[in-house]
Amino acid sequence: MSLDFQIFCKSTFDDTYSPRCFGEFFQFGQGTGDPTYLDWLLTAWGWTIAVSALALFIALLIGITIGTLRTISNETVLSKVLIFFSNAWVELFRNIPVLVQVFLWYHVIPMLIPALKNFPSFLLVSIALGFFTSARIAEQMKAGIFSLPKGQRMAAQSLGMTKVQTYRYVLLPMAMRIVIPPLTSECMNIVKNSAVAFAVSVSELTLFAMQTQEETSKGIEMYLGVTALYIVTAFTVNRVMALIERKTCIPGFIATSSQGSH
Amino acid sequence: MKPSKLVQVILFSTTLVGIVCASQAGTMEKIAETKTITMGVRDSSGALSYTLGDGKYTGFHVEICKRVIADLEKKLKTSLKVEYQPVTSQNRIPLVQNGTVDLECGSTTNNATRQKDVSFAVTTYVEEVRIAVKADSNITSIAQLVNKKVATTTGTTSVQLLRKHERANGVNFEEIFGKDHADSFLLLESGRADAFVMDGSILAGNIANAKNPKDFKIVGEVLSVEPIAIMMRKDAPALFKTEVDNSIKAMMKDGTLAKMYKQWFQDPIPPKGNRVGLDLSDNTKNAWANPNDKPAEDYVKK
Repeated sequence: MSLDFQIFCKSTFDDTYSPRCFGEFFQFGQGTGDPTYLDWLLTAWGWTIAVSALALFIALLIGITIGTLRTISNETVLSKVLIFFSNAWVELFRNIPVLVQVFLWYHVIPMLIPALKNFPSFLLVSIALGFFTSARIAEQMKAGIFSLPKGQRMAAQSLGMTKVQTYRYVLLPMAMRIVIPPLTSECMNIVKNSAVAFAVSVSELTLFAMQTQEETSKGIEMYLGVTALYIVTAFTVNRVMALIERKTCIPGFIATSSQGSH
Repeated sequence: MKPSKLVQVILFSTTLVGIVCASQAGTMEKIAETKTITMGVRDSSGALSYTLGDGKYTGFHVEICKRVIADLEKKLKTSLKVEYQPVTSQNRIPLVQNGTVDLECGSTTNNATRQKDVSFAVTTYVEEVRIAVKADSNITSIAQLVNKKVATTTGTTSVQLLRKHERANGVNFEEIFGKDHADSFLLLESGRADAFVMDGSILAGNIANAKNPKDFKIVGEVLSVEPIAIMMRKDAPALFKTEVDNSIKAMMKDGTLAKMYKQWFQDPIPPKGNRVGLDLSDNTKNAWANPNDKPAEDYVKK
């Protein structure tokens, strides 16, 4: 069986081959050529990155907050409520499979909140993926904060720091460094999990692969192209996280591994 | 070159030739030798091929294949063991090419690209791509879909068809993709889409299974026709294809096929006793009157 990579230069409308593989992509609609499968592949890649990036942003924001909330001491009524809420958040979003969550966000929740019906599916799927991942990041955050010696919290408070200051200046800076390796895996996972977006008609890489292999009968080439882009994306995330880990590490302290991530 | 090396090269190349020849041995010989035939089936290709659970398969195409195999048994004067191999859109062609599946009885469109890789029996069913809408909508043709949301299923040729149609006629509609046919139908049912464009038999099947089948109707012009046929390996000696074709042609002639069509597309079918309710189209009638294995491209040219 021979592979035919020329297929990427083929027009998505008819059986012609574009003289340049980038039929339209770099000309921004000047209409000199039909979009080729390569153009489509790159657009699909853009969607994968967009979903992953937005979901990651949501996941980090909520995950770090919720994870931190789970470690506060339950002395006041407010803190008890916050702890209950954050525990419930993690249990809810961690225990429902991600594909089911995507469907709930797309089909069920808009039934209850009609305003969501007008939201583009790209946003809904990013929220679903972000919330799913936030529960996992929250667990890692909690573990990271609890892994710090008790003395650190006590020392900060004996210096007269408030609770917020204790977290802001002592606990979080340390815990954030500790969780970078598992966080790297989570960031790479989000790229992989972004494939669920195809289920709600975001035309990302997985949808591209499923669609084009049927249209062109060149499934192996299409899946190879898509696989390469997933590898590039996940590996870039991995290297960026490794760089952050290296730049932020404190010499002589925990989490100073020189071999990079996870 | 030293003689020993020359011998090696000759041995190696003859082995290669041997392998190539072995893989080209006819399906007929293989079946006669192993007394086994593997049938490719689909889990949910509407009334054409579907599972009853428990490893049992039935449907219009599956039943045709069973009769073809019965004819092959007569021809070979031996009984054959029939094995079922469930296939998907993604793996059906490779599985036929590499010899895992001898007779694919799913819902495969016969087109020119595929004819380079596999052979097709004479067309037994001509699929028509149509539009399903809610019964209370006023949509009756594709021209009325301008600026409407149109659902179709990822991984089908209907997506490509819509895209081409959109460009050729300058009509603009928003496409949304269901991950499978049930999902696309849900998009129409829940009002997220105004229409669902797909093969007529799939539309009819989904409507038959809906909560209120009367809420939906199939409307509009036929957007495309696709000959669906039983797929088999490209055989060096075309003996197998001839046998399969003859068996099907005989069924077309004596009216067996028409009876089977009625049984699967108009009468209640197992397991739930639903009715697909799809009339025999002129295109399918034509294909039976003039048996042929023309690819989909030839239908467009007309």
